[in-house]
Amino acid sequence: MTHAVTRSSRTSRIAAVVGVALLLGLAAAPWWAGRADMRLMGEIFLFLSLATLWNLLAGYAGLVSVGQQAYVGLGGYSLFALTILAGVPAIWAIPLVGLLGALVAVPVAVLIFRLRGAYFAIGTWVIAEVFRLTAAQVSVLGGGSGTSLPADVVRDMAEGRDAREALAYWLALGVAVLVLGLAFAILRSRLGLALTALRDNELAARSLGIDIWRTKFIVYVATAGLTAMIGALIFIQKLRISPDAAFSVNDWTAFVIFIVVIGGIGTLEGPIIGTLVFFALREILADLGTIYLIALGVVAIVVMLRAPAGLWGLIRARTGAELFPISHRVRGETQQGDR
Amino acid sequence: MPDPILEITALDAYYADFQALYDLSMHVMPGEVVAIIGANGAGKTTLMRSVSGLIRNAPEAIRYRGEAIGALRADQVAARGIALVPEGRLLFPSLSVEENLLIGGQMHRPGPWSLERIYALFPILQERRHVPSTALSGGQQQMVAIGRALMANPDLLLLDEISLGLAPVIIKTIYEALPGIVGQGMAAVIVEQDIAKALSVSTRVYCLQEGRTALEGRSDVVTREAIAAAYFGM
Amino acid sequence: MDWINAIVQGTLLGGLYALFAAGLSLIFGVMRLVNIAHGDLIVLAAYLGLSVSTGLGIHPLMALALVVPIMAAIGYVLQRGILNRTLGDDLLPPLLVTFGLSVILQNALLEIYSADPQKLQAGAIETASLQLGPLALGYLPLLMFVCSVAIIAGLQWMFYHTALGRAFRATSDRQDVAQLMGLNRAHVFGLAMALALAVTAVAGVFLGIRTSFDPSIGGGRLIFGFEAVIIGGLGNIWGTLAGGVVLGISQSIGAEINPGWQVLAGHVVFLAIIALRPRGLFPRMD
Repeated sequence: MTHAVTRSSRTSRIAAVVGVALLLGLAAAPWWAGRADMRLMGEIFLFLSLATLWNLLAGYAGLVSVGQQAYVGLGGYSLFALTILAGVPAIWAIPLVGLLGALVAVPVAVLIFRLRGAYFAIGTWVIAEVFRLTAAQVSVLGGGSGTSLPADVVRDMAEGRDAREALAYWLALGVAVLVLGLAFAILRSRLGLALTALRDNELAARSLGIDIWRTKFIVYVATAGLTAMIGALIFIQKLRISPDAAFSVNDWTAFVIFIVVIGGIGTLEGPIIGTLVFFALREILADLGTIYLIALGVVAIVVMLRAPAGLWGLIRARTGAELFPISHRVRGETQQGDR
Repeated sequence: MPDPILEITALDAYYADFQALYDLSMHVMPGEVVAIIGANGAGKTTLMRSVSGLIRNAPEAIRYRGEAIGALRADQVAARGIALVPEGRLLFPSLSVEENLLIGGQMHRPGPWSLERIYALFPILQERRHVPSTALSGGQQQMVAIGRALMANPDLLLLDEISLGLAPVIIKTIYEALPGIVGQGMAAVIVEQDIAKALSVSTRVYCLQEGRTALEGRSDVVTREAIAAAYFGM
Repeated sequence: MDWINAIVQGTLLGGLYALFAAGLSLIFGVMRLVNIAHGDLIVLAAYLGLSVSTGLGIHPLMALALVVPIMAAIGYVLQRGILNRTLGDDLLPPLLVTFGLSVILQNALLEIYSADPQKLQAGAIETASLQLGPLALGYLPLLMFVCSVAIIAGLQWMFYHTALGRAFRATSDRQDVAQLMGLNRAHVFGLAMALALAVTAVAGVFLGIRTSFDPSIGGGRLIFGFEAVIIGGLGNIWGTLAGGVVLGISQSIGAEINPGWQVLAGHVVFLAIIALRPRGLFPRMD
């Protein structure tokens, strides 16, 4: 009986085809979707990106951070600073913001990697609070009450409202594709294998020669840079920034964590499902205000207690399906391994 | 003919996903000392953990004084009068010698054993009563572990590999104390690697081999050949 | 003189922070549980203090007689009902569940009490002060500090000189073996959380008397509590008091330099201590 080791399955191949078709359809949205729908989709793409990145950090590298809002806010503020104070065109500012986020993350990582587990988590939150309090002291960007994106900066981005909406939308879609693509590439690479090993058993991974510190460091810094870029896009869309909004732990961490948990941590498919469920809940229940948020908290708790692998975990347990071909499979002569 | 204090019937026990005991049956009479021997991996510790409630099983598989206890939690089993001296001692590192003994007695079950009596049995412990339990030698830690179990005034004492990792002279000291411990009508099950020691203190012996009872006999008449055959599964 | 006053006031504030931290320290010590909702539970206690004192027309400190047992009961039920199921080697389940609890608590309080800032009225004692030379020591901060020290001393005594404390330490060491002693792990953890929330009840009422509060301030209190625990060093209840005092003094001195820098100064000192002594000032365990 001959065996072949393969990564793809019939499901993942189908998913790839469907994915490409979906992508083309989504890219064409400015022509078929209304303005409100495009804004919603843009928001979905950005949250999906945040969730995928948090999942990479916590679900794979074992770095449970409750302080990613530090980089969301940093990204937003950097963008406003670059465009307002340095006159950099918004489009060029975005990649710069990513670079800045990554650079800031370097000393932060060196500092907080000294903490472990739960204390690391709180440490990341403290860092975010330091960023928030510092931002509130920067009077040139509005201090504690924040500031708006000036009209001329907005106009410079593109001519006409429709063009700007389309641009913002495509940027959000682009970032989502970039983040998902990068996450997929990482997980398929040697780094990804190291991450999975690290996640399963850190001691064993270390004894195999995997440099734990360096692996975590790379993931943390990369995630920070991308999160900063997402922050920039979020606040370009909002046109206004303030310390409390930029560094909100509920908006950029609690909800992101809920998304990942509900969808399924430690998988690439999980955040996608989680984001869709989160937004579905929001669209249906948002009018209820605090009741909606309470319901969200209850759902998160129930999922964590009853289905810790999330919705995708439930689906995968039943079907063994994998949309993103990451794991290696052994396929024998019988067709059973091929799904 | 009195009823057994412990009756195990057709016990299938698992250690994680791995089945360690197959259809195991044995019994212990009140006041009896039963030895359980067998090679590593034969299932002896799984058996002890099952009886003490650390592993949950089918309720009927383990009966204590007639009550089906197989599915009870360890604290519920302990409350009924079964005390385990676990393999590897497993003392509480944050507690001193005396505190380890005191917590053994935290259920305040009535009986002859008390702090004073434990210290009379193992005088060295009284000298070192306030020392952190982890600072003691292996033999002394074993004494604490036994004392801790005795403080619960059990009717059934389970001793899992008490000679493991100890020097022969220490093992001798501890085994010399055993008759004084079990003499008062307490039933005991002793799991031992050291077959001679096991036979010397028990009235009956079971030999386990790959999760099954390969031999049952009276300790004073069972032959070396029979044991060897059962031990190695020949 | 301003600096000395700042240090004194900071020390007294540190007593409050130590109370925030004591509950956290107890829970982490016994169960290795990180409770993200801890700060919101402090705020809950403040609101309970409000309802009890205004509802019954009694002084907030008197209200403690009801708030403490109520919070203890909440803690026991919370632990046995939900949190016990999250315990294990994985860090995520308790973190996520308590995050969920935090969101639920904040919004429930918002729903019931609205976002308006509230304050517990303690009457004349709020402004009365003791003159010590050039220093004015408020009776209230002094009282709170003395209470904090007394509570922490009480916790220390309980941990090391009572059967309950032995049970906590043993269960924290080896859960399975503790069961062999007849200790029901679920019950022991429930008691630990009940005790932690009883302490938190005092912290919440003190907070409510000292400053105005609203449903959203829980996160900040959680961070102060954690900072105090980490600065003081893990596994050391007196260390937690020291950590609270260090934090309080840092904040006080920061405020002296620039009022907007109070909280930031505390964070900076915290980060500096992590950089230089990651295990804290007086660590007793890993």
